[in-house]
Order: sequence, then structure tokens, then C-alpha cells
Amino acid sequence: MPFSSLSEIKTRLDAGQTTAVDVAKLYLDRIQAFNENLNAFVHIDPEHVLAQAQASDLYRAKHTPRPLEGLPIAIKDIFCTQDGPTRCCSKILDGFEAPYDAHVITLLKEAGAVLVGKTNMDEFAMGSSNETSAFGSVQNPWNTDCIPGGSSGGSAAAVAAALTPAALGTDTGGSIRQPASLTGLVGLKPTYGRVSRRGIIAFASSLDQAGPMTRTVKDTAMITSVLSSHDSGDSTSVVDAPDFNWLKACENRDMKGLRIGKPKEYFIDGMHDEVRARIEESLKICTSLGAEIVDISLPHTEYAVAAYYVIASSEASTNLSRYDAVRFGHRCENPEDLEDMYARSRDEGFGAEVKRRILTGAFALSSGYYDAYYLKAQQVRTLISQDFKTAFEKVDIIATPTSPIPAFKSGEKTDDPLTMYLSDIFTIAANLAGLPGLSQPCGFADNLPVGLQWIAPAWQEDKILSAASAYEEATDWHTKSPAGFGGNL
Amino acid sequence: MSWEVVIGLEVHCQVNTKTKAFCGCSTAFGSEPNSQTCPVCLGMPGQLPVLNSVAVDKSILTGLAINGKINLESKFDRKNYFYPDLPKGYQITQFTVPIVEGGYIDIPTKDGEKRLGVTRIHMEEDAGKSMHEGLDAVSHIDLNRSGIPLMEIVSEPDMRSADEAIAYLKQLHQVIKFLGVSDADMEKGQFRCDANVSVRHPGDPLGTRTEMKNMNSFRFIKQAIEFEVLRQIEIIEDGGEVRQESRLWDSVKNESRPMRSKEEAHDYRYFPEPDLPPLRVTQAEVDAIRAGMPELPTQLRKRFEVEFGLSAYDADVLTQTQALAIWYEDLVAAHPANPKQCANWLANELLGRLKELGKDIAESPVSAASLAALLDRIADNTISGKIAKDVLDAMMKTGHDVDAIIEEKGLKQVSDTGAIDTMIQAILDANASQVEAYRGGQDRLFGFFVGQVMKASKGKANPAMVNQRLKELLG
Repeated sequence: MPFSSLSEIKTRLDAGQTTAVDVAKLYLDRIQAFNENLNAFVHIDPEHVLAQAQASDLYRAKHTPRPLEGLPIAIKDIFCTQDGPTRCCSKILDGFEAPYDAHVITLLKEAGAVLVGKTNMDEFAMGSSNETSAFGSVQNPWNTDCIPGGSSGGSAAAVAAALTPAALGTDTGGSIRQPASLTGLVGLKPTYGRVSRRGIIAFASSLDQAGPMTRTVKDTAMITSVLSSHDSGDSTSVVDAPDFNWLKACENRDMKGLRIGKPKEYFIDGMHDEVRARIEESLKICTSLGAEIVDISLPHTEYAVAAYYVIASSEASTNLSRYDAVRFGHRCENPEDLEDMYARSRDEGFGAEVKRRILTGAFALSSGYYDAYYLKAQQVRTLISQDFKTAFEKVDIIATPTSPIPAFKSGEKTDDPLTMYLSDIFTIAANLAGLPGLSQPCGFADNLPVGLQWIAPAWQEDKILSAASAYEEATDWHTKSPAGFGGNL
Repeated sequence: MSWEVVIGLEVHCQVNTKTKAFCGCSTAFGSEPNSQTCPVCLGMPGQLPVLNSVAVDKSILTGLAINGKINLESKFDRKNYFYPDLPKGYQITQFTVPIVEGGYIDIPTKDGEKRLGVTRIHMEEDAGKSMHEGLDAVSHIDLNRSGIPLMEIVSEPDMRSADEAIAYLKQLHQVIKFLGVSDADMEKGQFRCDANVSVRHPGDPLGTRTEMKNMNSFRFIKQAIEFEVLRQIEIIEDGGEVRQESRLWDSVKNESRPMRSKEEAHDYRYFPEPDLPPLRVTQAEVDAIRAGMPELPTQLRKRFEVEFGLSAYDADVLTQTQALAIWYEDLVAAHPANPKQCANWLANELLGRLKELGKDIAESPVSAASLAALLDRIADNTISGKIAKDVLDAMMKTGHDVDAIIEEKGLKQVSDTGAIDTMIQAILDANASQVEAYRGGQDRLFGFFVGQVMKASKGKANPAMVNQRLKELLG
């Protein structure tokens, strides 16, 4: 059971073979047993979890079960929740308790899900290894000397080690897909505007999007179908977004005639040979299933990382201005005056990576530099969107590696931010263009999971779900689980 | 050598919506501090703005009223700076593409009408209030005002004197109140002004300007501009240079002082607000707003002059507020015989009395219908104009109608020839020497006899008949 998929658990719940309380107890026990080692959760309230599970069982006794009835889902610490602290894994939010739920949290609750605590993450989602968290780094269940990826590293490790069957993450430049890839999971970043951002602590508003991290493609569809809905409280949440039956999309596993674009810019020098090999093998499998592989070019890819770090940092530098020690969060001891309160509180409250991005962003927006940096980056963004538009005239979907390398050793890149930033080299473009992207497990390199990334035109997550389901059906990578966590029996 | 003054004005005007610009909080003035706040206007993590469409409509209406161009697509930007009463650390404003561009306001001057350009109107949100007063060594912050919608109305540097600046501001203030887009109460900070002032010799390029910040009364604005003009001229004439800076007006000391450089040394790092998509309105929506636009003061003044034969002065007085203009039209409708007389009685008599009571027209104890009835009684010779003023006093005090008061006080005019002749005869008898002098050619004494008769009748004698009978009896 621990390594069961969400839909398997749902089947057993629906058949009356288990209860939400029993499921919750199972995972709470596993959190108790393994979290100390992994550091995946930063907040757990077992009583509250059991209370939700009991309420779900009661609901099931009287009503038709809701879409996620009794299913445990862990929540990245970036989502505001009325219950317990919300700290975005930053010291600056010490003592903060949100008086509101993020809109997606409300949707999960209304769908009957049992929320199982807050997962670790890079501070303010700024990082690719989960090493910038104020609550310490997270270990990758496949090799605890390695990082789980970031920024949704806690969510990834928690699902990979089956401390929860599913988790919610956010993805600004790859923060769902890259850790999913590095821990052997399925992770989806939906089309920008599909999922409400209200109540999710903002990193880069024009890029942030929430999505699930699960064991299977179908599980991802189950959760995303609940998250996908217009929210009048988020002006960037699209009204009448094209929707479809998410579960049906997973059943459409016919790859015949599917034109899969293979962008040459995503198979580069310096990427891990075995990663390259796994992706090539995966594409062969797709060919055998009837797909056609089309070589394409996304010529502005090489500028994506630079443009991303300018835009994301610029937005972050002002999104994080509200942490000023005036109304909530960390305040320094005995400030001398206003200036001192601002300076010391923020100096003490923010970690090095967050400060680096605030400084970078403030610089890029400052008078005299705006045109050269922010404006130029926005122009690159337009070109990258155009690249995808052109490509999608020729192909239905694009397949790439999610990350050029598998999980690396903890501490290996913490002193070298530029190398660290390259971890997201293959995921960033989808954020800049607002496109949906999914990572799914496609084998191993150095005994560590490798991820295959699918990118589709905006609002066409159904294409991704169909292709990924077909691939998943033809392979068994999604059934693998790391040793040492009482699974894989 | 003569000096030319160049003034441009920036007006911050609170839009009178029920709820704030980006959240559902009330905008009511004077509530308990921080009682009208929510996670959005408190700038709490993850909270997002949703634009109030009423604020958009009212900004468009204002743009149309000043003959501006409405941008069917405008954009929001963030203006970044740290201050405790700015919860998000940035203000949402329109920097690159405002909702209104261009436009003008005509003001009356000695040399006829002068057209003053409006550069733009953009939408933004107000900040909260910091309060540094009090005995404890801390500042207090009230965020009730945080997020109240503002229009910033920026003029061209077209004003050439403090008087022109004030005329522009008064005209703008009046238009805004007519449109009902703002309560524009200056004491409540709902209509605030910054003035950019420079001086030059005519024909020269623009001089260095200073910005007079945050003035909230026409009197202070005038004083501040005049002070600044003299200060700049003095600096230049002494061989110095004007420093570009922001200055604050001290209405107690009657002087301005430069703001600390820290207060003004801002790089606001403007950039597009990623939480709000571009604001799009359709031409049809703009046309519908235009169709609902009330008559503006300039149009009303012209109509009052043409339709009712009013003097420019009276037309101006009666169009000061929309309520007053409507009141006047109600009065004329109830007493159509003499619109000019209506104007006189409203402008001089009723408004004068209301002013003494500290009330405005909406609070008048005498209705337009009651005042019309009073004018009817003058017209039908029931009372004289002079008595009517006493009757109006009584109406103001008691709220009784005109006929009741005439009855109560026995003020009905004497129009009986016999009674008037008797009064006249008594006066002539008592003033035999003046009668002799009049008949000897001193015509001026006629007024004396009229006065005596009116006095003897306690004002109740019909003055026209007194005149007529006196002429006949004095022969």
C-alpha cells in the first residue's frame, strides 16, 4: 500500500477495503519513521490530519464521495493554509499564520482531500536543490547523499519515499518538473492562468503556477482536474480556459500519427550521457508506439536562462518588499529607527540566495538599466514564445529531457550559483512561454531517476496526458521505488 | 526684466467608490483605524489585486469631461518604495499607458477664456496614513486608506500665475463634483495637489522647477506658489541657481522648506504589474459612459445665461454645485414668470441666510416650492419685496409656509386705495413744510414721502400704489 498510486488508494477506499483514517495513519506512521532522515516535512499536525480523515469517512458514509475523497496530499510550504504556520521556508515569516487558505487549498478541501502537512522547499522557491531552505536541506530518497531537486524538494522526497501518495508543488522555472525528474515522479506545471495563484506566496507572478507531484500520470490528472478552475480573485486566472475530461485524456493512449518534436537545443554538450541515452530510448519507444519523431529547433533556447533570471528576480525583488517587519513576520531586536528595522530585519530574515535575487532584480529594474535588462529579457521572452508557436505548426507535442543531469551531491553546487541555475535549463522556457510541461520517469542514470519532459501548446494538457499515459503504459519506470523505505516488496 | 511664471499641477483625487480599488473593503471615511482592511490591502503574502470596475468607469467619465482621449487598452505598473503605510512595498499605478491621455480645461481670465492642457489621468491606489503625533515614541499606521482608488490628474505646464493655477483647480474640482466621481473634500484629503513651479524670462527655455508637495486647500496652494515664485526670482536675481527639489508648505510659518533628500531620492523601479493584465475597455462601453454624463458647469452656465437671461455672475454662482443648479431649475419651474427674480432670491437671499447657518442648499429648511410660493405672493401684490425678506426669515426659522406666516403676522400688503390715501394724507399733514418745498420744485423729496408712508404702514403698503397715489395727491 505505501507505494500505491493515488488512484489505487481511491479504488480501495471506494470498495470499502480501507478507510481514510487507516490511510492517514499509515502515512503518518511513515512520516514518523522516515521524515527525520529526509527532512521532507517542515510541519505536521497528526491530530489535524486524523480529524480531516475522520470527517472524510463520515462524509463518505452519507454522500457520494468527492473526487479526492480521503486521499492524502502534502502541501508545499508556499501555500497559505489557515491551519498551522506558512513560512515559505524562510526565517522572515517566523511566526506567520495565514488567516486564509490559498484558493487551490480550498479546492482540494472541497474535493475531500486530506492535507498532510507542509513540505520543505527552497526559501521562497528560489533554488534547484532545496538547499536554501531555512529549515535545512532535504535528502533524495534514491540516494540520501544527493539533493532531491528544487524548489519543491520536500514534496518530491515525500512522494518518492511514500510518506504521502501525492503532493502539491509550484513551478516558476521548473520547481515541480525538475525535482519530479530527480526523484522519479510525475510532475505537471499547468498552462499559466489555469490554476489560481491566490494565496500562494508569490515568487515571480508572471511565471508561478501550482501543480501536482504524483506517482502516475493518472494521479496527476485526478488532482489537476480539481485545481483547474477560474478564480475571480486572481486577475491572471483565465476565464473560460479550454477544459476537457482529464481522466479520459489519460485513457486515450494512442500514439499513432503523433508528431513529437525533438528540439536540438535540448540535447547539448555537457549533459549527462546516460540522461541523453534514456531520452533517446524513450523516443524510440514512442516510435514503436506509432509516433513520428520530428527534429525541430527552438533557436532562442540559449537565452532562456538569462532572461528567466532577470524577469523572475525583478518580479521577486518587488514581491518580497512586503516582508518589511511592519505587520507580520520576523522583526529584529530593538531597532534604532525605521531604516534600521527594515535593514536588519530583512538581513536577518532572508537567506543568501533570496538576497542575491532581490539585489539582481532591483538592479535590473533600476533607472538606467531597465532597458538593457528587464526590457531586453521581455523581448527574449517574446522570441521564445514565438519559437514554440513556430514549432507547434509542425509538431503536436515536444519531448525533451527534464534536467541535463540526475540528482547531484548535496553541497556540490551551493557555492556556484551560476552552475546551479543551469539545472533548470530545460524547464525554464515553458514558464517563459506559459506552456504546460510534465516530467515523468524514464529510467536511471548512475542509479538515479531520469525524467522525460513533455511540452504542449497552451491549454493542451490533454495531449501531454495522452502521450505520457501511453509511454507509462509501455514502461514500468513509474513502479520503481527507492530501497530502504519499506516498499518495493 | 520681467519674469514669467510657469506652473504645472498634479491632482490626486480619491474616487468615491463603495469599495477599494483592488479589494472589497469599505472606503468610508473616519472609521476606527485599521477596521476597513483585509489581507489584500494589508499586503499579506499571496494576496492578489482585482480591479474595481466602478473606479475604471469613473476615471473614464472624468477623462471624457476634460475632453481627453480614452485609451481602450491601458496598463498597470508597480511603483516601488518602502514606507510603513505602503503595505506591499509598491503602489499599483499606471505609468506607461494611462487610461486617459490629453484633454483640457478652459478657465475664465481677464482676457477671455484660456485653455489649459491636461497631460493625462491615471488610476492608482492610495497609501495608508502614518501618524507620528502622540506621546509615545512610536508611529502609528492606519491602513483604512490603503487601496482607496485615486485618479492622478496631471496638467501641462500651462499656468502663468497662482491665480490661473487656482482657477484651474477650482474648475477641475467643480467638474469632479458635478460628475459625482469624487466627494473631493479637501479637508479629508480627497483632493490633494502638488504644484511644479519655475520662473523664466519670457521667451527663454523652461527654468529649473521645484515641486510643492501635498497641499490641501486652495488658499495654501496660492500662498505656496506665490512664495515659491518670489523665492526663485530672488535666488536667480542674486546670481544663484534654483535647485530641483521637492518642498513642503508649512501653513503655520507661511513658508516652504525642502524635503530631506532621503524623502525624495527615489528610484521607483517602475515595471509592468504582473498581477493585473492590461485593462481593456470597448468603444461601446466608453460611449455608454459618455451618454450618461451629466451637464457640466460650463454648459450649464451658458444655458442659464441664454435660457433664463441671467448675468454671467449669477449663472456662475448658481452653477457652483450640481445640487444648487438643480434647486434653481426647480425654483424656476415652480415660478416660471421671472427666472431673474428667482436667481436673485436664491443667490442673494436664501444662500446668504444658509451661509449664516452654516448649511448648504441640500439642508435648506425652505424648499424650492416654498420659495416659489413666496415669489408668487410678491407677484400678486400680497406682500412687498421688503416684507418678503422678513417672511423668508420666518420661514427659515419655523419651516411654516409663506401664507401661514403672512396670516400669523398680519403682513398682508395694503392695496386698498382708501386706506393708502388716509395714510398719505396723514403724512402730508404732518410734513407741511416738505410738501411746500416739493411743490416748489424739490423733486428729490418724493422719496422722503414714500419712505414715510411705508414706515407708517410698517412696510405693508403696496409700494407701487403708494407711488401712484402720492404723485396724484401731491399734484
